[in-house]
Amino acid sequence: MTLEDLKSKLKGAGYVADDALCVALDLSLRLERPLLLEGEAGVGKTDIAKALATALDTKLIRLQCYEGLDANSAIYEWNYQRQLLAIKAHEKSDLDADAIEQHIFSQDYLLMRPLLESISQEQPPVLLVDEIDRADMEFEAYLLEILSEFQITVPEIGTIEATSIPRVILTSNSTRDLSDALRRRCLYTYVDFPDLAKELAILQTRQPGIEAAVGRQIVGFVQELRKEELEKVPGIAETLDWAAALMALDIKSLDEDLERTQATLICLLKTEADLKSVTPEVTSRLAGKAA
Amino acid sequence: MIAAKSVSDWPIAERMSGFVRHLRLNGFPLGPVETGNALRIIADAESFDATYAQLGLKTALCGQRDEWERFDGLFEAYWHGRGKEKSRPPQMLGKSADGATHTGLWEEHLSPGGKPKDAVAEHAEMPPGEGSEEASRAIASGRLIATPRDILRKTDLRRIVNPDEVAEAEAIALRLARAIRFNLSRRYQANWHGRKLDLRRTIRRSLSRGGEPIDLSRRRRIVRPVRIVVFLDVSGSMKEYSRYYLQFVRGLVGQWVEAEAFLFHTRLIKVSDAMRERDPMQAMMRLSLITEGFGGGTKIGESLRVFNDRHAKSVLNSRAVAVIMSDGYDTGAPGVIGRELKRLRKKARRIVWLNPLLGWKTYEPVARAMVEAMPHIDCFARATTLEDLARLEPQLAKL
Repeated sequence: MTLEDLKSKLKGAGYVADDALCVALDLSLRLERPLLLEGEAGVGKTDIAKALATALDTKLIRLQCYEGLDANSAIYEWNYQRQLLAIKAHEKSDLDADAIEQHIFSQDYLLMRPLLESISQEQPPVLLVDEIDRADMEFEAYLLEILSEFQITVPEIGTIEATSIPRVILTSNSTRDLSDALRRRCLYTYVDFPDLAKELAILQTRQPGIEAAVGRQIVGFVQELRKEELEKVPGIAETLDWAAALMALDIKSLDEDLERTQATLICLLKTEADLKSVTPEVTSRLAGKAA
Repeated sequence: MIAAKSVSDWPIAERMSGFVRHLRLNGFPLGPVETGNALRIIADAESFDATYAQLGLKTALCGQRDEWERFDGLFEAYWHGRGKEKSRPPQMLGKSADGATHTGLWEEHLSPGGKPKDAVAEHAEMPPGEGSEEASRAIASGRLIATPRDILRKTDLRRIVNPDEVAEAEAIALRLARAIRFNLSRRYQANWHGRKLDLRRTIRRSLSRGGEPIDLSRRRRIVRPVRIVVFLDVSGSMKEYSRYYLQFVRGLVGQWVEAEAFLFHTRLIKVSDAMRERDPMQAMMRLSLITEGFGGGTKIGESLRVFNDRHAKSVLNSRAVAVIMSDGYDTGAPGVIGRELKRLRKKARRIVWLNPLLGWKTYEPVARAMVEAMPHIDCFARATTLEDLARLEPQLAKL
């Protein structure tokens, strides 16, 4: 698949990607190496994985990381209830203990969690390890092992080899420094907020019904707003939300309908301090710049 | 796909390993594996254009945001010979365009005898203009300081040159650091040597003795290490002091995991790893490479803003003490320092500002930046002599 193909397929999946990102995805597919995406919250890191899965027409398997995430919920677990039932059911039969043990520790009783699931697919899936910086260091080390070997050892069964190698995408909000080992294992891309043209393209892809003039104004406003001193900078999702809100309220021009525009700012600003700092005067100044 | 081995006899291979070396000198953690990967990308990219190659290498060789942002400049410099090439002819070292002699930024701060000039082959050069003015002003006005030379502990820090004195300085730094490094949690923890009785456990254990509390359980408060985040101003005006302060920071960061160090000038740079380097020469080299490209002037507010935006989330917690070591001469826009300190104050537990100039007889914190900063600071103290720093201990312990 050429670069242009990839780009247009991603666009078909509703994701507008720039060159840097396309090259990164292309390389990670070709070299079969995980891709680490870092960036502010709301720049669309998670969506990249979703779009890639759609573009490659394959399954997306997602592992959401959190503090205290352990092997049981990330890799595999035995289905204890079923095992207990099976033991009960076999009590009456004349199978010996070894045979029962063999039986209840077979693949049928294995619950696949995302990591095991992702390496046992026929067609290579996209594995999204979301917010890896939230998981603890121990898990990171474990993940590293799986990402380099693509095999998982279950003591009762043995080693499970990957049937296909998943395309791995990791995202991080950099709330914690990731280990150098993980960084070196991965290809890296820093995802920044999109520029005006790109964000406009995103808006038009996601909200096809929007009028060109209003769209320009909305994106221009958000771009200007990001330059203000805010606690939480609005992301792309917020822009899309806001555009939807403005469309629903049938606001055709930001600067002509300032009062209602001001009321809709709750879609963009998510903290009290930010809402207070963007006064109607600021709104009108920004709207003026955007127009 | 072509394996790295078969391409290693291309002429490009040599250039590429040179490029990786160039990046490594600039602080990228890269090894031979990365060189191999880079070559594979180039081998694959032949049918593509230069942009593809550049983006591909960027993806493969960068590991974090800072590197991602610097990569393009370094790429240009190496492959196109544009921008700043790092190594200069030796006679050019330390000379700025206006003819005034400037040693490499780090030499003044770090080396007692100017030796590292050979060890550190590439040096940052201070651009002419503001930086040089600032430096000369600091030296000129430095005469105001009263420096009794009889007692070491009263010596102005900038006079410290011999290793014993540096060692003494380090020891005091360590003691000071210890004073702020622990604080008590409100929570209790079962502990054999604790002072208080743990009634719940004692009663539970008494069950096996028929309800008689014979085995006593004890508990005590959890001791939690305070996280210390140091910001060290290394601008021209602080030159006289920052060499000593660096020892302080090294003592702090080297001994304790919950400490992070940042240097600032016109840019903010995280130097915790370089500071943890055992060998002082190595540390020096790393620091001089890291700080390459520093310009003149000091942007305290701007540096703090970068910290608040990028690092605060991962570095600060509710037990963090921020220690700023600066003279407060700021060349940034007004209003920024106040705002950023206010943001910092929300995330950190305490802010300590150590100012060397406070030791000067006639000094009042009237510099605009200092006036702006004052309302947000919990402890504003002078740190001109070792004695000053030693005297800080009880104050910091109270924080």
